[in-house]
Amino acid sequence: MSGAGENAIVAKGLNHWFGTGEARKQAIFDVNLSFRRGSLTVLMGPSGSGKTTFLTLIGCLRDVMDGSVRMLGHELNGATNATNEALRRRSGFIFQAHNLHESLSAIQNVMMGLQVHGRGLDKRQSREAAAHMLGLVGLADRVDYLPGNLSGGQKQRVAVARALVGNPEVVFADEPTAALDRTSGMNVVQMLKRLGAERGTTTIMVTHDGRILELADRIITLEDGHVVRESDGVP
Amino acid sequence: MTHLLERLLGRLPIGWLQLTHNRARLYSAIAGVSFANVLVIVQLGIAGSMTTATLQQYAYFDADIMISAEDANSMTEGGNVARQRLFQALADPDITGGVSLFVSNLTWERPEGQVLLQVFGIDPNATDFLSPIMAHKVASLPLLNAAIIDRKTRGLDAEMLGGIRPHSPETFESSGKTITLVDSFLGGGGFGTDGYLFVSDQTFLNLFAKRISGAPDHILLQVARGADVGAVVSRLRKTIGDKTLRIRSYAEARAQDLAYQNTQRPTGLIFGFGVVIGILVGIVIVYQVLSTDVAAHLREYATFKAMGYGHGFFLGIVLEEAMILAIFGFAPGVIVASGLLSILNAKTGLPVAMTGETAIMVFVGTLAACALSGAIATRRLAAADPADLF
Ligand SMILES: Nc1ncnc2c1ncn2[C@@H]1O[C@H](COP(=O)(O)OP(=O)(O)OP(=O)(O)O)[C@@H](O)[C@H]1O
Ligand SMILES: [Mg+2]
Repeated sequence: MSGAGENAIVAKGLNHWFGTGEARKQAIFDVNLSFRRGSLTVLMGPSGSGKTTFLTLIGCLRDVMDGSVRMLGHELNGATNATNEALRRRSGFIFQAHNLHESLSAIQNVMMGLQVHGRGLDKRQSREAAAHMLGLVGLADRVDYLPGNLSGGQKQRVAVARALVGNPEVVFADEPTAALDRTSGMNVVQMLKRLGAERGTTTIMVTHDGRILELADRIITLEDGHVVRESDGVP
Repeated sequence: MTHLLERLLGRLPIGWLQLTHNRARLYSAIAGVSFANVLVIVQLGIAGSMTTATLQQYAYFDADIMISAEDANSMTEGGNVARQRLFQALADPDITGGVSLFVSNLTWERPEGQVLLQVFGIDPNATDFLSPIMAHKVASLPLLNAAIIDRKTRGLDAEMLGGIRPHSPETFESSGKTITLVDSFLGGGGFGTDGYLFVSDQTFLNLFAKRISGAPDHILLQVARGADVGAVVSRLRKTIGDKTLRIRSYAEARAQDLAYQNTQRPTGLIFGFGVVIGILVGIVIVYQVLSTDVAAHLREYATFKAMGYGHGFFLGIVLEEAMILAIFGFAPGVIVASGLLSILNAKTGLPVAMTGETAIMVFVGTLAACALSGAIATRRLAAADPADLF
């Protein structure tokens, strides 16, 4: 595992604004947080508090304007396209909306999460790895379905498989269980927790699900773009 | 097809899968590209007919050098040349022969309407100066007021004209003179006139009372085998020394006429303009098709971007789509366009047609336009943060 330190991500003096001129509005205020490798952190807070904004900033999906974010040893503020792309390949993102590619089957969508690495897996190997991952999220019998023929929960599980298939070092998840029933939601979170233990995967997850809080190593609460509370385990 | 493309691309053929996923959108995209093709091919066909029609006149004759008046921009325009120049030219050791060519227009008044014919008058014994087909036909011209008519003359019955033979002639009157049509040939496609008429020089002078044998419209010359036409031309310019004449190689005369038709005459300009508009509209349609497609998949692309795919990957998908649309749009485009052109040809007699060259040019152009449009359409994706695209 490359990248120095025992922290996967370190944010320092992070601010973020949306809009320009009169409409300019600050969404993140001087956030200083570190995320230990292998930990599971839950982000909480009311709607509009800046959870998604913060997650996309530290997840390398949004340019850092002010302050510093170090992800896996690389500074994101002013990072080049190449650095961004390389870091995105080392992480997995699970979105609020599943965002599957509609014209690709479940397994093809998952394979896209592997192919991005260009890791010299041949087609059969990557198919096998993708099928295995789909099995883990309970979709072994749906591998060749197009997203249009899957339920919301099934689609979300495909998205989870896609994010995890490439063995990411960091997983960002924005309300990943919102579209899932209780059991599969818990399954997904337990899987993420297990990955953390087995592979040292760092997970940062936005959720309101009370039962997930029990599994968290750390809970951070945002309000109006400020970190208002930080606690270990159940608050 | 998916497997073939997968082999070819070394990755999932996402462009293909994406296009075929939404059939309705695929068909309308193909229709759009086809329409762009039709537009450009038809415009090129019309503009090309100008070239064909212009060159056609020159193809009736066989000469190396042509002497015309200074203002003779085309076969039919401009003043006369003194026949004296022919004799002067014949004095050149490299000139093996020459002939006077007379050109004028004649109106055939018919109850159904006027037919305007472009008349060529030439010595029927000068068969060396005619294309093989015409050389073969002029044998029947020595008869006074005999003429050979263009079978594809607009406004005339092609079947009737086709039936004309020396033993079954047809006659018509023009300005009080009776003309006997003794044969026909396959011409067609005059822009200025409806068709062509070949007569002997004697008949020509008889039909056009104001014209005299000493002042033809052009002089055609042939040079000795192996002689350098360019050298003979510059020598003639010197020996004839008449600045009011254009002494050019026949090929040069033809090329200059073509350039004149395309760039100086209103028709040529309008056709050229039509081609430009056709191409522009074609590009706009193709761009519309591809940018709509990119916009429709922006969220999906943003997800790929968030996964770490670079701009080259998206360009690859869009170029794949561009290629597919260009290929699938081309076939129906060509079929519809050639159909339209043959209808146009039948209705107007203009030599509008799609050449293989045009087809290849349009295909390559479509491919380029598709690729470029696709590349431009992905720029928004390149500039944005993935998080802003969801
Ligand atoms: N792209 C954007 N442009 C302008 N303002 C934005 C944008 N994205 C978010 N905001 C604003 O920034 C603030 C934080 O939004 P954010 O989406 O991060 O909140 P959130 O905590 O994820 O909320 P939710 O629980 O509803 O998902 C809000 O006031 C929101 O309106
Ligand atoms: Mg949110």
